[in-house]
Amino acid sequence: MSDRITAADVVKVAKLARLDLTPDEIVRTTAQLDGMLEHFADMDALDLDAVVPMTQPYPLHNVFRDDMVVIGLDHDEVLAAAPRSEDGRFWVPPIIGLDS
Amino acid sequence: MTAVPTSAAAIAAGVRSGSLKAVDVVEAHLARIADREGEIHAFNVVLADRARAGAAAVDAMVAAGGDPGPLAGVPIALKDNMCTRGIPTTCSSKILDGWKPPYDATVVTKLAAAGAIAIGKTNLDEFAMGSSTENSAFGPTRNPHDTSRVPGGSSGGSAAAVAAGFAPVGIGSDTGGSIRQPAALCGVVGAKPTYGYVSRYGLIAFASSLDQIGPFTTTVHDSALLLDVIGGHDPMDSTSIPVAHAPLTGVLDRGVKGLRIGRITDLPAGADPDVTERLEAAFDALREAGARIIDVQVPAFSYGLTAYYLIAPAEASSNLARFDGVRFGLRVDALDTNTMYSATRAAGFGDEVKRRIMLGTYALSAGYYDAYYGRALKVRKLIHDDFARAYQDADVLLTPTSASVAFPFGSKGDNPLAMYLCDVYTIPSNLAGHPGMSVPFGTGADGLPVGVQVLAGTLDEATMFRVGAALERCAPAVTSAVALHGSAS
Amino acid sequence: MSAGARVDPRAEQVLEYGYQLVVGLEVHVELDTATKLFSASANRFGDDPNTNIDPVTLGLPGALPVLNRHAVELAMRIGAALDCTIQPSTFHRKNYFYPDMPKAYQISQYDQPINIDGHLDLPGGKRIGIERAHLEEDTGKSTHVGGSGGRIHGSDHSLIDFNRAGVPLVEIVSRPDLRTADEARQYVNELRAILVAIGASDAKMEEGSMRCDANVSVHQPGTPLGTRCEIKNVNSVRSLGRAIDYEARRQVDLLASGGIVRQETRHWDETDGRTHTLRTKEDADDYRYFLEPDLVPIVPSAEWIQAVRDALPMLPAARRARLSEASGSPAYSEAVMAAIDRGQDAYVLAVGHLGGDIGRALVHVKEAYAEQGPSPTVPAQDLALLTTLEVDGKLTATQAKAVLAEIVAAGGGDAAAIAAAKGFEAMDNSALESVVDQAIAADPEAWVKFCAGEGKAMGALVGAVMKATGGKADGKVVTAVLNQRRAAQP
Ligand SMILES: [Mg+2]
Ligand SMILES: [Zn+2]
Repeated sequence: MSDRITAADVVKVAKLARLDLTPDEIVRTTAQLDGMLEHFADMDALDLDAVVPMTQPYPLHNVFRDDMVVIGLDHDEVLAAAPRSEDGRFWVPPIIGLDS
Repeated sequence: MTAVPTSAAAIAAGVRSGSLKAVDVVEAHLARIADREGEIHAFNVVLADRARAGAAAVDAMVAAGGDPGPLAGVPIALKDNMCTRGIPTTCSSKILDGWKPPYDATVVTKLAAAGAIAIGKTNLDEFAMGSSTENSAFGPTRNPHDTSRVPGGSSGGSAAAVAAGFAPVGIGSDTGGSIRQPAALCGVVGAKPTYGYVSRYGLIAFASSLDQIGPFTTTVHDSALLLDVIGGHDPMDSTSIPVAHAPLTGVLDRGVKGLRIGRITDLPAGADPDVTERLEAAFDALREAGARIIDVQVPAFSYGLTAYYLIAPAEASSNLARFDGVRFGLRVDALDTNTMYSATRAAGFGDEVKRRIMLGTYALSAGYYDAYYGRALKVRKLIHDDFARAYQDADVLLTPTSASVAFPFGSKGDNPLAMYLCDVYTIPSNLAGHPGMSVPFGTGADGLPVGVQVLAGTLDEATMFRVGAALERCAPAVTSAVALHGSAS
Repeated sequence: MSAGARVDPRAEQVLEYGYQLVVGLEVHVELDTATKLFSASANRFGDDPNTNIDPVTLGLPGALPVLNRHAVELAMRIGAALDCTIQPSTFHRKNYFYPDMPKAYQISQYDQPINIDGHLDLPGGKRIGIERAHLEEDTGKSTHVGGSGGRIHGSDHSLIDFNRAGVPLVEIVSRPDLRTADEARQYVNELRAILVAIGASDAKMEEGSMRCDANVSVHQPGTPLGTRCEIKNVNSVRSLGRAIDYEARRQVDLLASGGIVRQETRHWDETDGRTHTLRTKEDADDYRYFLEPDLVPIVPSAEWIQAVRDALPMLPAARRARLSEASGSPAYSEAVMAAIDRGQDAYVLAVGHLGGDIGRALVHVKEAYAEQGPSPTVPAQDLALLTTLEVDGKLTATQAKAVLAEIVAAGGGDAAAIAAAKGFEAMDNSALESVVDQAIAADPEAWVKFCAGEGKAMGALVGAVMKATGGKADGKVVTAVLNQRRAAQP
């Protein structure tokens, strides 16, 4: 283990990603991510200071649609596919720990 | 019942002329499915009744003097990460089990408009994350050439379906090699066009800046035919390239005389001997056909794996956040929303998907962005620029598609990196956004298919297909899995 | 706008113990488009829940965003109206989980916003800097069921409506240049007037199409700025002022008692008139911003930007100045403000061009045209005639009101004819004086009180005169006569 990432980091990331990991999943994930990060260190050999990050393969700009309404999805069909709904809206358990 | 040809082009020609009935075409393929699907498991769902009805409609149209289109009556196996209205679309994940999209992906609409008939939704590594289709929540797909081995992945189901003769055409998606690598391992033709060539609308995203849709076929001509149908600008995809593409079917017999075929001298090592032996044979064949073989360097090529496995998981961690149990799919009940999210996602996602979400979330998180995601984007630029330089000297590049032939189930063990290395030759063209295709070129020592990869520059599909067609013409004859294992029709 | 900004005297005002208030505002406005920012569902307030939905709005697997050109145009218009630099821009993903955020990320402009470095001038002339005005998508709406009064805490469950999800927003971020709650109110009112005038938004705080977060801090003048708290859930201009005053007092008390201000997000509670901790900096989310790979950059051409600037209508400040100049009433008088708010200033000016009296027209319009929009039904010509009769002394203010009432009811009419029909004609003063004397004689008690300076008594006497003259008397003249009579007292 190169200790590039600790179990504490993994717990923090799992919380961010909303993934409920078991204790041994945390241990395994820490070891696996550490192994990967060790491999990814190969790019430390590259001098990237002058390099511009590439985010999209094909350069396009100003791609727009006209501001015209198109009939969307059927209310009933969508609500029927929801895990749980109540008078036309999506039902979720109490929201805590965050703000809107 | 008239003998059903194997190529999509021949089937469509027969159906359009009325000499062949689409219903017979569908029945012949359903028969092969009934015969071998049990051992192959290429499909998450077979759409027998819908296919029969669709075929009858195509025949009726022909009888009425109409033209159903260039894919009239051609059965298609769709990778199960493309939305099909009212038909389950699962990404081979428990989190989407039973979900029926309320809309069709653009490719699905275009295929239907061309007269094609969806015969089933095919198995994949969950959310297209894998290279063996072992990561499917619904069990692996087996390689029709040797059912003790993987078909490759992530589009293993579509590759196996075409190799087993379940459909003349399969549609897959390629983020880091997920069309080309399974095509090579299953002995069929697989093509990934330039990023933006085929619309991604309705393709359930893995990594948005890398995903591209492409065909699996038994011939290079069929591959070109399919791209001519599904390619082109789509206003529903902001990254879709707004140009009309010249038909690729027109360039196939132009030959390779005078073309410059690049050999990457600093290619990552590690390919098995029977793979490198086939690659050398391919170079020789093209030289024979009048092409010039020249050496080029792509120094950053070997850093592709690192850049890819930081960029793709980062985008995936965001793309897969919408699977939260609120609006569709699986929900595990809990007393508050956050607990519901974590429980739902823990139960709904498999190990590899969780691993990549974790890696991607970490790579983007405060304090690590610059060191990982940020640097990976710069490496991506280096790779792009190195290719650009190489394409000044060479028209196309030739590499192995996969470092090995189809490998046995479980042989990559518990180390995820071992599996990631399967994509070392295919990943760089996704990062650069360039087209690439895998063409079968004989077999390895143990009689398993080997594919050769043809890479070209942005929007140079035409040259890539000229070379692909030339390779096909001089490829040694290989007994197809269909012939090998017989068939009901 | 007045460049030589003279500083608002109130800005010098300091809090207890010599602390100075520092406020910056983040205002979100919903753009007045037909469709959403990235999809073709209707952008409409008040529809049945989850009826304006599509794969993009719901964040369904496979859906992709496509940018609404008109939303971009409106954002540019806002930038132009606030004297911003309009520049090439990009979109990022702001990743966080919340039930009303369908994709679990908000598409928002981050380090390359479309508008930067603008300003807005307050009525007093003080110039408030605008840091940025960027495009982003709105969230859905959560309704908290059970618990106390729809509050999120202690609620039994929540219900989500995605009609609002994906509605185009422009977030306008001011520099921390505001120094009093009143300046903050003025800023929001002026911003609102501008947004309405340029047709970018209806900017209704009560309907949520304009939302306001306040960054509040206090410090001793001359020392570095204090730690700021972000105040959310302010739903009217009035509560904005209250929230800022409360928060300022809270911070000053904290510091004065040796405490420290923690950087946090606080929630304004209308019912108890206090702010409450929502999130501290520690448990703030890590949003993992990265460039949205499903969208491409916006690169507006110089021609496009110029066209947007050229197409800008006259802004409220200039219109107020113009009307104030023409009417002689102050730019921020109720009459001028009302005319601008209702867009009736052009109409009032037209009355002037037709020979009418702009000052009188302004008063009448404020009182009688409340129900009318920018183009009142009464022809400007008719109001012009009415005001002319008035200034020529042919009609008293009271009579003119009565005549106008009929004209408005009928959607127009000849003031002279209506006045004649009503038997209106101004009284000559000698006649009026005798009526006044009769009124004094008739109510000696009121007279005594009036002489003692009781306002009520004056009202009684004037009333009596009006009664006796059937409203023909000019109230001002009556008061004048009464004052004469009192002055003439030994
Ligand atoms: Mg903000
Ligand atoms: Zn915002």
